[in-house]
Amino acid sequence: MATQLRPRPSVRDEAHADPPPEKTRGGLLSRLDKSGSPYLFIAPFFLLFAVFGLYPLGYTAWVSLHDWQMGGKGDFVGLDNYADLFDDPDFWNATVNTLGMLVLATLPQLLLALVIANLLNQKLRHMTLLRLGILLPIVTSVAAVGIVFSQIFDRDAGMVNGLLDLMGIDPVDWRADKWSSWLAISVMVDWRWTGYNALIYLAAMQSIPRELYEAADLDGASRRRQLWSITVPMIRPAVIFTVISSTIHGLQLFTEPLIFGQGGDAITGGSLRQFQTMSMFMFEKAFKNFDYGYGSAVAWMIFLIILLLTVVNYLLVRRMK
Amino acid sequence: MRKSSSPLVYVTLLAAIALSAFPLYWLFVVASRSNDVVGDWPPPLVPGGNLFDNMNRLFEAENAHFLKGMVNSAIASLTITVSVVFFSTLAGFAFAKLRFRGKNFLLIAILGTMMVPVQMGIIPLYMIMVEFGWTNQLQAVIVPFLVSAFGVFLMRQYAERAVPDELIEAARVDGCSTFRIYWTVVLPALRPGAGVLALFTFMGAWNEFLWPLAVLEQDNPTVQFALNQLSTGYYTDYTLMFSGALVATLPLLVVFVISGRQIIGGIMEGAVKA
Repeated sequence: MATQLRPRPSVRDEAHADPPPEKTRGGLLSRLDKSGSPYLFIAPFFLLFAVFGLYPLGYTAWVSLHDWQMGGKGDFVGLDNYADLFDDPDFWNATVNTLGMLVLATLPQLLLALVIANLLNQKLRHMTLLRLGILLPIVTSVAAVGIVFSQIFDRDAGMVNGLLDLMGIDPVDWRADKWSSWLAISVMVDWRWTGYNALIYLAAMQSIPRELYEAADLDGASRRRQLWSITVPMIRPAVIFTVISSTIHGLQLFTEPLIFGQGGDAITGGSLRQFQTMSMFMFEKAFKNFDYGYGSAVAWMIFLIILLLTVVNYLLVRRMK
Repeated sequence: MRKSSSPLVYVTLLAAIALSAFPLYWLFVVASRSNDVVGDWPPPLVPGGNLFDNMNRLFEAENAHFLKGMVNSAIASLTITVSVVFFSTLAGFAFAKLRFRGKNFLLIAILGTMMVPVQMGIIPLYMIMVEFGWTNQLQAVIVPFLVSAFGVFLMRQYAERAVPDELIEAARVDGCSTFRIYWTVVLPALRPGAGVLALFTFMGAWNEFLWPLAVLEQDNPTVQFALNQLSTGYYTDYTLMFSGALVATLPLLVVFVISGRQIIGGIMEGAVKA
């Protein structure tokens, strides 16, 4: 991104020509402008964010403490919704599904991104074109990704099963089981985000001083060794960023599994809830069963899990050497 | 930057790019075919001649209201983009260049809100919309997204570097009001950064899925909502769904082709989250 600044000579020239008009205009308006404007400029953000961001999130906690259906607020029930939640096998199922897909989607994605970034981090021809090609998936709209991969993983018409057949492997009913549906959905996430993460790593790699690698070459360290002993530790802030943002994304996974589900009961993530995520579970409770109290309890649990995992991630990656 | 690259590097990278591009290409192939050949083996790997037939079916599909979805999404995404860029540059300028009490505290508050998964507040947000009478109205998917903590932070970082203090001082001496300084001096200087923010805001708004699904109805959808509608029919009409997915992706592809370099620049400056 080029930082192009347009000098405005006219403004400066006039400034030199005239004496400061501030005094002559009487300071009051000007002082009011100086002290008031900053608040005026930041007020829209804080107002809108308070009303449509912070307030709903806080109010979710209040709703979760009530028996609250579509018809309106019922009794205050304390932590009953949470107690029910802890006894609800469907909630734990959704939690396990979400975490399973989080791992399946994040680990290969970041490792692949690292490999690709490492390949891109050398003198190459058509550098911009290569980067654009790698980044292409990010512009595909998420629902479109869901549709394309749902077809590719179709039991009867899908090309993955066609390829498996060529290798003499029986076709897989990808939607039917936990592991297979997790895999298919994780592939969608991987496909969409790998290139983006690769570019973030690449940017970090480009600021590593070349002398480090030259010294390692002299010591006879292999390329792979250099990757793990020099590159990865040097780009740690980028790794922290990608791990945390993929985790936050992954814990809110919704669109891909919903589209993958197809049909009217897609929100349950398959007939046996084999790929229902926590966000889908919340949506089902709140907008299909219209149980706002229970849905809000789910939302707060997701929120707490996001907080917890973000902290854990941060500590883990920070200690990584 | 490291030296020396073997052919193997190019081959590997080209393979990765092929994998990146293939689903998009496949999107086009299926959208231009008829349903009876989509499941064939080996699969049809070149486009066919049914693209316009499928498009016709798409825009006439009864339950999807696809055209309305496209128009709605265009209005919503553009409004959100203009608003986010305006408020972010305004607040970013204030945080970077103006002096006021409580600045540091408020900046930290913004940093904190960046971490908050706002999506988790949709149940009360829905209640607010019911209260306002905004359910199934387009403004329900616009107003909650008019500002962005991330945008403010990004523009603050950018303004620190891109707007020299002397320029602001000179304008002040000239008797410019603070807003006039923003409009004539700061905004032009922020243009490259604001452009990247605009691109990513537009893409994010175009892709919004969960909230429209909660607050809108079938007859007044966004494009992503309409896409979902196509995939919940009684039988799976893949060419129809793919045509929809193609049309829904097209605006983003156009943005990418026109400003791919800036997008890459934005990501590599560490500035962008998608």
